[in-house]
Amino acid sequence: MSPLSGQTRQILQDTPLARRLLRGVSLCAGTLAIAAVLAVSPPAGGSARAEATQAADAAAFADIRIGGDMSAFTLDNGLEVVVIPDRRAPVVTHMVWYKVGAADEPEGMSGIAHFLEHLMFKGTKAYPGNTFSQRIAAIGGQENAFTSQDYTAYFQRVAREHLGEMMEMEADRMQNLMLSDEVVLPERDVVLEERRQRVDSDPGSMLSETLDSMLFVNHPYGTPVIGWPDEISALDRQDAIAFYDRFYTPNNAILVVAGDVTADEVRKLAAETYGKVPRRAEPGARERAKAQVLPGTREVTYSDPRVNQPNMRKAWVVPSYNTADGNEAAALQVLSEVLGGGSTSRLYRELVIDKGVASSAGSWYNSGALDDSTFMIYAVPADGTGLQDLGAASLDVLKQVAREGITAEELERAKKSLLSSALYAQDSQSTLARIFGASLTTGGTIEEIRNWPSTISSVTADDVKAAAAAHLASLPVTAYLRGPEQAVAAPADAAPQEPAAAQEVQQ
Amino acid sequence: MSRRRPATSASSHGTTSPMTLLTALGRGLLAFALVVSAVAATPRPLAAMEIQEITTPGGLNAWLVEDNTVPIVAIKFAFEGGASQDPKGQEGLANLLSTTLDEGAGDLDSQAFQTRLEDLSVHIGFDAGRDNFYGSMRTLTPNVDDAFELLRLAVTSPRFDEEPVARMKRQIIAGLRSEAKDPDAIAGRRWTELAYPEHTYGRPSRGTEETVAALSPQDLKQLHGNIFARKGLKITVVGAINAERLAPLLDSVFGTLPEAGSLTSVSDVTMATGKMEHVALDVPQTAIRIGLPGLKRDDPDFIPAFVMNHILGGGVFSSWLFEEVREKRGLAYSVGSYLVPYQHSGMWMAVTGTRSDRSDESIEVIRAQMARMADKGPSDEELAKAKAYLTGSYALRFDTSDKIADQLLGLQVEGLGRDYIDNRNAMIEAVTLEQVRAVAARLLKGVDPLVVTVGPEKS
Repeated sequence: MSPLSGQTRQILQDTPLARRLLRGVSLCAGTLAIAAVLAVSPPAGGSARAEATQAADAAAFADIRIGGDMSAFTLDNGLEVVVIPDRRAPVVTHMVWYKVGAADEPEGMSGIAHFLEHLMFKGTKAYPGNTFSQRIAAIGGQENAFTSQDYTAYFQRVAREHLGEMMEMEADRMQNLMLSDEVVLPERDVVLEERRQRVDSDPGSMLSETLDSMLFVNHPYGTPVIGWPDEISALDRQDAIAFYDRFYTPNNAILVVAGDVTADEVRKLAAETYGKVPRRAEPGARERAKAQVLPGTREVTYSDPRVNQPNMRKAWVVPSYNTADGNEAAALQVLSEVLGGGSTSRLYRELVIDKGVASSAGSWYNSGALDDSTFMIYAVPADGTGLQDLGAASLDVLKQVAREGITAEELERAKKSLLSSALYAQDSQSTLARIFGASLTTGGTIEEIRNWPSTISSVTADDVKAAAAAHLASLPVTAYLRGPEQAVAAPADAAPQEPAAAQEVQQ
Repeated sequence: MSRRRPATSASSHGTTSPMTLLTALGRGLLAFALVVSAVAATPRPLAAMEIQEITTPGGLNAWLVEDNTVPIVAIKFAFEGGASQDPKGQEGLANLLSTTLDEGAGDLDSQAFQTRLEDLSVHIGFDAGRDNFYGSMRTLTPNVDDAFELLRLAVTSPRFDEEPVARMKRQIIAGLRSEAKDPDAIAGRRWTELAYPEHTYGRPSRGTEETVAALSPQDLKQLHGNIFARKGLKITVVGAINAERLAPLLDSVFGTLPEAGSLTSVSDVTMATGKMEHVALDVPQTAIRIGLPGLKRDDPDFIPAFVMNHILGGGVFSSWLFEEVREKRGLAYSVGSYLVPYQHSGMWMAVTGTRSDRSDESIEVIRAQMARMADKGPSDEELAKAKAYLTGSYALRFDTSDKIADQLLGLQVEGLGRDYIDNRNAMIEAVTLEQVRAVAARLLKGVDPLVVTVGPEKS
């Protein structure tokens, strides 16, 4: 995973465990903004080896109609329902996605979307206190929730026979939340502690907040999902209830059920539970001010005594799938893969292997956002390379692509990498549920998700070159992270941490 | 997605997840997945999943779950010996090995090998645990033959060329530097050193800047020769492939390895206790670890201890620690406790990151819960709930082929048979209140724990 994986930067969840869960999912790691559910036989047959041992080429993936036997329908009260059958194990993943996130918060109340997500676990009249969580624990289920700029989601993973009960309790929570100051105030402390843990304890995360705030001028993506500390401290019960009453309504939600179920079963259960929840509000269109791109060189350098290893990031505001024209977003996905998708990518090859100015380098594109979003390149300098020089060298790589384009081999490899990760994603019902939920709450349609492989396949080398020239030619916002001046590198005897290889083993 | 690269400095890992923890202790993930992040069985467990035990013509044993639902084949395997085999002064060697095996092998140099992997959409990864060295490969079915060929090269003929070895060393060192001032990482490192002085488990499994800088291709060849052997090799395959087709592929990958490697024996050890250490660091939150000797996986009390720990600090939203530290007092965002079984030792530890001005209070609360468990133990109802959770959630560990492979390899590494899956829930159900109390007293009573805190100077 890239060190700047979107999920870990943007999504806040209730426990580290679940955060880890998501970390392997890489919805935002430049691959699976939309993913494939293979509905057809794999390209090329069983054990037949292609002549040049060049098995399926990217074009072979293009006909995959995503979604297999997934289906979707809408209840009378406006709740959209998506069903993704996977009969391999007798379990289901039940998720409710609300089309509201931190970017929809009222001015001055940053953090309320995420705070409410925490408070949703505090009980209703029918299921007071932590009855819901206790019930999930009693049946051996797993549960959690997470908040991003554009959506808030709640989920349980349980044995199939408990699905109806989960739907009943989640539907109850959609309209009957009960909050008292006795539970709200300690939970606010928990959120402040969460902020200290996620952000204040980590200079890299602190700089990420600065970078986002510089990048998204006039747009709420510049405000952190967890909120600013002074604004979190001022949030109260009334704020949470007001936000809840405005956005938590079936017509602003998507139910995704994946696993050992049929569409008919889900339809029946959904009608009996969610179907009884009235439309509580009309949130209306999600219109936000447009992010402005300002002229001039914009750089931030953050020095912190806790930084032993400097790094550099450059970021641009670019279209997302929802705001792009034609296949521009797909072209940017391919571009991100060509630039930084691994050890054969341009940035890695040129900066790390050929020039030796970096110890690692990569790129990241958040394609799944409601509004214009982020494209980023990053690098960690090798000893003896200054951050400015490293920044210049990275830009040279980019400029070359914008000027001369990419090779046919690079195009093919990048497409294949994107498409095959979508195939690998089919192995996991919860990954699929997340893909559909995240796409549908950020402006995607079922049809777009189903056609994603052919969209990627349609990208040409010219499209990639044009996307680079159109969106990455403007001056980026640059962030330099470094230790204090004259810092002597302390002995780097750090505790072992998960090597990235393990990410692969776990994925 | 950058693949299988050591973490770089932009990464944030502020949370003390069991994973951070675990890897901070340098144990491989797979066995951990089996034992610590437990989840258990549904009324209709996994009868549908048939595990075949196969023996290849070349005499290799492997477990296979054939499943043609998804056109993917995944293999996971484990050799005996991981970071515990790093020679003294060469800490980080096994970890470096895990990053260099796929950086050139056979006739393919680093770029050629990586390009080939990408052309075929094949993922190969290695990971050095403390006691085992893990590998994995995942491919789409059309490319099975080519994928196993690439795996064969990485396993049998890694090149360890100067350039990629130097490059990986730089990346690992960058990762080490970036963590050098991370409170959680420091707590993990100090914990390890204090818990196991004079033992290989006490040495940093990813090394230090100095030790990593001094490692050479020759050192890698040596360790590769020591660890990569058929004896003790465990293999699990899940996906769209049958035994007939799989057997020769396994022989091609592993068949030419030597029968036995050259492993340094690791002695059994009990972690040290009775120490408190504070590392001063100017951060807004204090990282805390409190722990005691735990149990090895083969201890007859392990299952009762596992149930006991679930009640005390293992349950995500329902444990005593979660309730007392987070829910009632808002002292921390993440708090939990874990049983960490190594091959030659066991630990129990509680971990949290807490408001610095109230870190003493957090420690007191945790210790009070430990004492409560040791003295009184849980109620009948709490035990029943824990069992219901643990048995009910077991199936959630088997809903993807990747997870199935992790589980099965974990079982093999722990020396448990295929029938464990069928018996596990009955074993959990059979745990009595007396057993939980007994094991709580055994583990938590009368032992002065090891405590490590990292945060601002205490006033």
